[in-house]
Amino acid sequence: MAAEIYLETPLTEEKARSLHAGDRVLLSGSIFTLRDAGHARLIAALDKGEELPVDLQDAIIFYVGPSPAAPGKAIGSAGPTSSYRMDPYTPRLLKEGLRGMIGKGYRSEEVVAAMKEHAAVYLGAIGGAGALISKTVSSAEVLAYEDLGTEALRRLQVKDLPLTVVIDSEGNNLYETGPAEWKAGL
Amino acid sequence: MRTIDTSILTDRVREMCRPLAMELPADVKACLEVARSAENCTTAVSVLGDILDNADLADRESIPMCQDTGAAVVFLEVGLDVHFNSDPYAAINEGIRQGYEKYYLRKSVVADPLRRVNTGDNTPAFINTKLVPGDKVKITLMAKGFGSENMSRLKMLMPADGRQGVHDFVLETVSMAGPNACPPFMVGVGIGGTFDQVALAAKRSLLRNLDSKHEDTYYAEFESQLLHDINQLGVGPQGFGGRTTALAVAIEALPTHIAGLPVAVNIQCHAIRHQEEII
Repeated sequence: MAAEIYLETPLTEEKARSLHAGDRVLLSGSIFTLRDAGHARLIAALDKGEELPVDLQDAIIFYVGPSPAAPGKAIGSAGPTSSYRMDPYTPRLLKEGLRGMIGKGYRSEEVVAAMKEHAAVYLGAIGGAGALISKTVSSAEVLAYEDLGTEALRRLQVKDLPLTVVIDSEGNNLYETGPAEWKAGL
Repeated sequence: MRTIDTSILTDRVREMCRPLAMELPADVKACLEVARSAENCTTAVSVLGDILDNADLADRESIPMCQDTGAAVVFLEVGLDVHFNSDPYAAINEGIRQGYEKYYLRKSVVADPLRRVNTGDNTPAFINTKLVPGDKVKITLMAKGFGSENMSRLKMLMPADGRQGVHDFVLETVSMAGPNACPPFMVGVGIGGTFDQVALAAKRSLLRNLDSKHEDTYYAEFESQLLHDINQLGVGPQGFGGRTTALAVAIEALPTHIAGLPVAVNIQCHAIRHQEEII
């Protein structure tokens, strides 16, 4: 197993290029949350030439719709949702400076091509481990789209959020190499 | 005739929501532990360990094991000698409304599929009813996450496609689902019936215990074959590679038309969540 890499935000191009598919990362710092409906709004804002509610340069978006926070907790359960639903919007956001995405599952060829072009990385969080992930979140603040409820745009402060680099800035893909290596070992 | 006060349905459904979201059933935990010890890939061992740790933490600290606390799917068996004093569906929906609020579960239902405004209380529940002999009511409540629901598929095969056709469709579906649907999976397979009933059969089969086998040895053997072949795909936990792509395959077969061979595959992520109560 690969050694764990401690990574802090912002995710600069240099840091992004140093990550390789299969690396295990512990991420700390500030990240945004956004999923289906919020992505549609960001794109609508770009279409209209409006300023985005947040600066995406060197930012990381975590595809998550958390469950409500119980009293005394920063957030509820907070595991990744399936990333492919964000694919239609993603190349546009990468062009705006988005450097990292946290989710689970396959990405489209268009997204991988845009990631290579803009030196971005796709990080996998463990789907269905929302309770464990919630323990790494110290605060959650709604920044925009509050009417979307769980789908609002939030800023999370995280400490040692455990992730795996799934697709790196050169397009190497753990979803292809991982199963292939396992099969080769049969 | 036995009269059941529907407020009991509301109370029971509300209180089922806690274990539903926070307690991974014992058969699922046991199966994950066996899978972990059978893995030869360190990443897979690590991921399965995280999934088990997540389940323990969820129960201990009352945090939903997954943020997608699901669409509420209900299987209701109503005894023929039962009389409800008011609308049982309204009572069940009230239980969902109260339970999802009380236990801080996510409200994930929109009122309309295209206009997409959240109902704000996770209702309506998706209720299937069956009449049975007796004077009892059995409620089975399932929290169905949509990461795996979205990767489910249905196809109307030809009779000539036969068992091999069903086999290939199941394997193709699991392969396409891959990391999107949070493996390791439980794979529910409906075969036969009609376009509508085959999907329901696939979903019902997800209620089976993971250590159970089909009572018909023909289908028990088919389940074993499918599980073996799925676990040769190499997808592994979270799609990072490994042996454990599925924990179990459960088939429900139905009579069907001479011209058809419907097949439905309902993918269930590793958060296999259902509770039942008999009133």
